Amino acid sequence: MTKSETGDLKTADGISLKLSLQRSLRRKKRNALLLVAPLFLFILITFILPIFYMLMKSVDNSITQEILPTAAPLLLKWDPKSGELPDEEVFKAFIIDGKVAAKEKTINRLGKRLNYEKSGTSSLFRKTGRKLRKLDPEKLTTTYQEALIGMDKKWGKLETWQLLHRESGPYTKSYFLSAVDMKQDVDGVTWKAEDSQIYLNLFKRTLWLSFLITFLTVLLGYPIAYLLATLKTSTSNLLIILVLLPFWTSLLVRTSSWIALLQKEGVINDFLFAIGLISNDGRLAMIHNQTGTVVAMTHILLPFMILPLFSVMKTINPSYVRAARSMGADSFTAFRRVYFPNTIAGIGAGGILVFILSIGYYITPALVGGTQGTLISNFIAYHISGSLNWGLAAALGTLLLLLVVALYILYDKIVGIDNMKLG
Amino acid sequence: MALPLHATTGERIWHYTFLTICVLIFAFLIIPILVIIPLSFNAQPYFTFTPEMVAFDPAGYSTKWYEAFFSDSNWRAAVKNSLIIALFSTIISTFLGTLAALGLSQKDFPFKTAMMGILISPMIVPLIISAAGMFFFYAKINLLGTHIGVILAHAALATPFVVITVTATLTGFDHSLTRAAANLGSSPTNTFFRITVPLITPGVISGALFAFITSFDEVVVVLFVGSVNQRTIPWAMFSGIREEISPTILAVATLLITFSIILLFMVELLRRRNERLRGITPH
Repeated sequence: MTKSETGDLKTADGISLKLSLQRSLRRKKRNALLLVAPLFLFILITFILPIFYMLMKSVDNSITQEILPTAAPLLLKWDPKSGELPDEEVFKAFIIDGKVAAKEKTINRLGKRLNYEKSGTSSLFRKTGRKLRKLDPEKLTTTYQEALIGMDKKWGKLETWQLLHRESGPYTKSYFLSAVDMKQDVDGVTWKAEDSQIYLNLFKRTLWLSFLITFLTVLLGYPIAYLLATLKTSTSNLLIILVLLPFWTSLLVRTSSWIALLQKEGVINDFLFAIGLISNDGRLAMIHNQTGTVVAMTHILLPFMILPLFSVMKTINPSYVRAARSMGADSFTAFRRVYFPNTIAGIGAGGILVFILSIGYYITPALVGGTQGTLISNFIAYHISGSLNWGLAAALGTLLLLLVVALYILYDKIVGIDNMKLG
Repeated sequence: MALPLHATTGERIWHYTFLTICVLIFAFLIIPILVIIPLSFNAQPYFTFTPEMVAFDPAGYSTKWYEAFFSDSNWRAAVKNSLIIALFSTIISTFLGTLAALGLSQKDFPFKTAMMGILISPMIVPLIISAAGMFFFYAKINLLGTHIGVILAHAALATPFVVITVTATLTGFDHSLTRAAANLGSSPTNTFFRITVPLITPGVISGALFAFITSFDEVVVVLFVGSVNQRTIPWAMFSGIREEISPTILAVATLLITFSIILLFMVELLRRRNERLRGITPH
């Protein structure tokens, strides 16, 4: 390093030291970015894009314009509140589009799509499709309107066209409305009839059960974490295996063991029967209901509470409590006023983690939850592989995702993602 | 935790009550796992203890569910699928995750929190949502029902675990060691392989074990992204429990418990070795 005439430091090759340092820092930053880039791209393609694709699916309604390419844009211009049926032009476009779709057999897909909004639409479209196939639009003796109404009287009803009008745009909010038990008609958005409300109750049940499970894991996890944190390291290292073993054991193993324990002919009922506490007819129903879900999930998620609590408790200096005791606090007061407030961060960390995990749980409730113990995830799965209403599945998934993201931000505020540790 | 000599009667009672509560909670944690082991040797097709088993009558016990497991071609295929998928997704996620952790641990990495948030999002997003998104998207790009699709999906789910474990190893990393090596004339490549790699290896291996178990135990995504040809052990157990409950599942469960005990000990040994290497001794 030499000192130049102007006075700033230079490296051996004559470049200003400041510049050289800046350069090396930039190079370091670039290298760091290059190291992260492959994983970033990988996650983007295999994970983030699919999630976005699902978000899009929850509002996507391109099917109407795909199947009715001329009728749908025309129908959008019609005023559904006019009290009159759409123009002859719309009926003509519908018959021509419908004839093509009937030939390609895509018209039933549209019927099925609209059936989610109003039942009976699917059969209306099937019936109309069959008749459209036989019809030659060139040789009509009546108006297009009369021809279509002749196929099914429902085409003469305002509400059929109002529905079609509502779902003619490229996007729809109907999936989201269904996901919160609402429906839209010509007068605007209203609640569905009380007896067909499903999802709000399901969200409520999911939140309530997740809260209950979180509370139970705090209740059971706190004493264990406290014991582990205050024991000698050699003893606690041994005991922590009892926490880590369930953590490492397959989820399905733990779920099947709860089935073995809880079912009517299972270990617990057999034991209670053998010692005479219950009669053979009085066997307890502990599975395929909410009890099953709560017990099994509390067991499965308990390590996620104990481990963060334990790591927080380990950092609490024991002299704090000793100081409180020496100043006259009894052991309960010392715990309540000194030790416990120090562990709140750990309860928050573990609590949010357990809560996030439990609101998205699928496998365990599906196997031990019956009908009353299933959660929102089970309905998402049902709409993907059972009812095939993918839009509704995506809308429910989006709502669940929003909930989780909000909790995640909270977690980041309390703990910081950088501090997340495993095992 | 030991009770001091001057403890009052009340404190003594509370102390032993507390210990009893702890024992009960430990029992709650561990009994459901242990109970499955004897049940898997049941001679009868029940999920409970038969009177013969309680009386320790050898006739009550049998290994026929293990024989059923080993002789069933469906289960063998499931084991093969599980191992292939877990192995490849572990390789992908360990490689990408370790590189990213090395980059992220550099000082003043731009937008570190945001980047970390994106990279570990597969761990935060509920599995059912990941599964739904992947199902729709992979169907579009024709990866549904292929081994590659499931491997990519599992690799995405497993990378956060690798990133987190390796980053944790690197936070305790003493950077003066690499500077010392450079000062002594070692090239950056040489420094990386002779100094950095040996120090982070335990972290990388435990990250890889986490990744392996994530894939090996995963069932939601494989149910949606895979087809019958990708049927893994958890999938077979899931449908087994739903359709016909046979104690073969308990035999499989016992084998999986043995497997997880082995993994657990490996991870613990690595963790302790790592702490020793970094000079953090348990006290």
